[in-house]
Amino acid sequence: MIMQDKVFESTTPPLEVLAFRICEQDFCFDLDSVREIRGWTETTMLPHAQPCVKGVINLRGAVVPVIDLAQRLGLGTMEPGPRHVIIIAVLEDKTVGLLADVVSDILVISRDDIQPIPEIVDAATRRFISGVVVIEDRMIRKMDLRLALPAADRTAA
Amino acid sequence: MTVRILAIDDSRTMRNLLGATLGAAGFEVDLAEDGEDGLNRFDRSDPDVVITDINMPRLDGFGFIEGARARRRHRVVPILVLTTESDDALKARARAAGASGWIVKPFDEKKLLWAIRRVSGQEDPA
Amino acid sequence: MSDSGANALRATFFEECEELLEAMQDGFDQLEDDPRDAERLNAVFRAAHSIKGGAAAFGFEEVVAFAHEVESALDRVRGGHCDVDAARLDLFRQCGDVLSDLLAAARGGTKAPPGKGGDLLERLTAAVGGAAPAAFEQAPDFQPVTLDLTPAAPAEGADEPSHYDIVFHPLPELFASGNEPVALFRALAQLGRIEVDADLSAVPPISELEPGRCAITWRVRLQSTAGEARVREVFEFVDSQCSLDISVVSPAAQADVGEPASSPRPGDDAPAIPSLSDLVAAPTAADNAADTPPPARTAGKTAHLPGQTIRVDLDRLDHLINLVGELVIKEAMLSQSLMGVEGATGTDVAVVLQALQHLVDDIQEGAMAIRAQPVKPVFQRMARTVREAGAATGKRVRLITEGEHTEVDKTVLERLVDPLTHLIRNAIDHGLEPPELRAAARKPPEGTVLLSATHRSGRLLIDVADDGGGIDRERVRAHAVARGLVAPGVALSGGDIDNLLFEPGLSCKDEVSKLSGRGVGLDVVRSEIHALGGRVSIQSDPGEGTTFSISLPLTLAVLEGMLIEVAGQTMVVPVSAIRETLQPAMAAVDTIGAAGWVLRSRDGLMPVVDLGAAFGFRPPCATLDGHVLMLIAPDNTPPFALVVDAIRDQRQVVIKSLEANYRRVPGVAAATILGDGKIALIVDPNTLPGAPGHPEFADSSLQLAV
Repeated sequence: MIMQDKVFESTTPPLEVLAFRICEQDFCFDLDSVREIRGWTETTMLPHAQPCVKGVINLRGAVVPVIDLAQRLGLGTMEPGPRHVIIIAVLEDKTVGLLADVVSDILVISRDDIQPIPEIVDAATRRFISGVVVIEDRMIRKMDLRLALPAADRTAA
Repeated sequence: MTVRILAIDDSRTMRNLLGATLGAAGFEVDLAEDGEDGLNRFDRSDPDVVITDINMPRLDGFGFIEGARARRRHRVVPILVLTTESDDALKARARAAGASGWIVKPFDEKKLLWAIRRVSGQEDPA
Repeated sequence: MSDSGANALRATFFEECEELLEAMQDGFDQLEDDPRDAERLNAVFRAAHSIKGGAAAFGFEEVVAFAHEVESALDRVRGGHCDVDAARLDLFRQCGDVLSDLLAAARGGTKAPPGKGGDLLERLTAAVGGAAPAAFEQAPDFQPVTLDLTPAAPAEGADEPSHYDIVFHPLPELFASGNEPVALFRALAQLGRIEVDADLSAVPPISELEPGRCAITWRVRLQSTAGEARVREVFEFVDSQCSLDISVVSPAAQADVGEPASSPRPGDDAPAIPSLSDLVAAPTAADNAADTPPPARTAGKTAHLPGQTIRVDLDRLDHLINLVGELVIKEAMLSQSLMGVEGATGTDVAVVLQALQHLVDDIQEGAMAIRAQPVKPVFQRMARTVREAGAATGKRVRLITEGEHTEVDKTVLERLVDPLTHLIRNAIDHGLEPPELRAAARKPPEGTVLLSATHRSGRLLIDVADDGGGIDRERVRAHAVARGLVAPGVALSGGDIDNLLFEPGLSCKDEVSKLSGRGVGLDVVRSEIHALGGRVSIQSDPGEGTTFSISLPLTLAVLEGMLIEVAGQTMVVPVSAIRETLQPAMAAVDTIGAAGWVLRSRDGLMPVVDLGAAFGFRPPCATLDGHVLMLIAPDNTPPFALVVDAIRDQRQVVIKSLEANYRRVPGVAAATILGDGKIALIVDPNTLPGAPGHPEFADSSLQLAV
């Protein structure tokens, strides 16, 4: 009762997501988490890093790790190069870079559009996705960033 | 003409809270951190209503009211005291000191505005 | 109010509470010296009062309940009902600790650990004598008393408006207290529809009119669904300052009030009722017109102290410091480019660049100094640790602090809390003797822990000293031998034995310490200090006491580094850790099995660590030819030799955190950004895999017995 806000009529606000492609598959996650999109830059290797951690890059004075999502999702490896993009995202105070083939769209969807994961999505990818959205015959897998990023406190293998 | 309120409290949190609540309601707000600071601002900025805490360093709420009433000028300004108790002894003391009314903490916007309305002839701010 | 607005207010509240708690503890300390200081007593009372008030505004009921009792107790003390003696002060201090815990729980949205509060309050009330506190349960039972004020809400299920007949006559006191009939009528008008009639029969002619005395009696007819309580509430402030009669009438008797547009509002110019503002005596706003315009209004919404401090958003400060760091890098790049130009030295450009370098250094120092804060809050937390540790071990302990105003970078300060807590607990648990032994040694029954901070030669020195029995060297040595840390029969100096305490796996207490089952060892303390770039050492005087000395760099952001190349990567080794560099051909290197090399140096044999392999950048190199050896002497671990491909340059580098966005990597302290914008990792010799400092080393075939 003490610090209550005025009561509004509320409707579920629409959700903006960033859609991108990795190894011919479409993914997306909340635009809220995205800070910017950069072209590819060379990374500096990290000792004993997991295979999906490609290294670190200099983002305007901050040291940011770059995660190879294709590797992380088990979709195969690719040699990162100038063709690729790095999506800079923020999750719980940590800034990370996510390697993708290309960014396709910014889409506005509603939470009702998110459907449960169909059978055809393979087991490896399934672990990182929270649902799918179908837009014009494209099945876009909604990625849960928290699951997609490697656990922060696992010590190097 | 916007209604101007002087809010006096030695707690920074309280000042921020009052400033935010009253400001959002459309009042112009002046803040002071104790009775002495309050009297200075009272003289300089001529508020329409004053809200003051009681327990403060240097000069407390009652001291402020005494000082304000002594000045009087062209009118007697409505002064509300902030208290954390609602017992009759405190109300009587507030009245005796010259306060126009009181607000019991914790307050919300409605309670605040209701008290302000009852002591000042002011229409809704802005 | 917006979410971010509400969050900002909450944050301010918790910040203010920290200050208030600090002020309370300060006040208690001063009251110890002068128990009669009325101003102090008022100050601590106000602190408790403010905490309670703020907590009530945010709905932190547990804090409110506890703070209320503390406030009441302090009120009794300041009212002179009882003295401020050492025992009561101690209770109050403990109350401060509990308040701190409750606030921390409120801040984190968790429940405070149960237990201490209620019992403490009972003892407190018993000590100051007062009404027994309301049963203090940690479950939110306490409901702050509030009035529910929803002006438009229909009360008591009344959809039908009630009709009220109100007869109101103000007494002079009403005006003197700043109230006004107009305000009251307007408030009534908010509750429904009103019609006001003024009875002027008692109004004297103007010549006899007394200002301040109102001769008018008003009759107000009100139609409202708000309920009688609300109507009476309008007059709450003035109920003894007027004659008031409120009666509820049945609708039948009020036929004329039903007409829609006919109720004249106060102030309207209805001919039958003169304008109220004309009639009501002097204290109204009517005289304002003649006054000079009010002085220029300051729009300031925040009270700005004419003082020397300003509150700064920490994010903005960090941003500024990052920019300064960038400035240092760019300046270095500029210097480097200039070096490549023929005949550059001595030219105007070179001179200006030199000046620029000094300027940038100054700016950096200045920026780091802004983030510097006094150690006092940390020392105050230690005071609490001392209280708790003393209570847990049954020893009487006194904490003396020196240099509370010594300033340290904020980030360092936060990371000092843990190691200092461990050292203090250690001093009280192990350092100080039990009372009987102290008596036997003719020491005062109260043990003393001295916590001091000072700056010296660009470093921060912190000492934790106790006047206990010193380190029992025989026992330590025996334990070390029993645990295989030291070969039996080896000669060790007193200092060597003392340093054994830093070894992991050495625990000197046979009985489980009363303080905590956790058994945090001094090795953890040492690594925490190392992580801050500092050193820690022990000095013990048998029978007299033990002192732990911590030495920390004052600025964290910059490091003197040696740029090296390994496996095609550029990396940085802290110059402070490098003793010398060697060509392998010049060095006396022997092979050990298939696993690697050792170096024969004047200090004996030392392991040779292949940096490229240690980091997993490449398989171990087959030969040392074409590489360079660096002799590394880290803080408190045995030295070793590091194999790198080439040495490039020595320069000052700006430290960038790797952990902020990633995590701690063994062997890597942090990162830096080179002149070309690329990242170079900074090597941490203390935690390098394969080197003596690294936990793995014990298993490595390269381990050598001393």
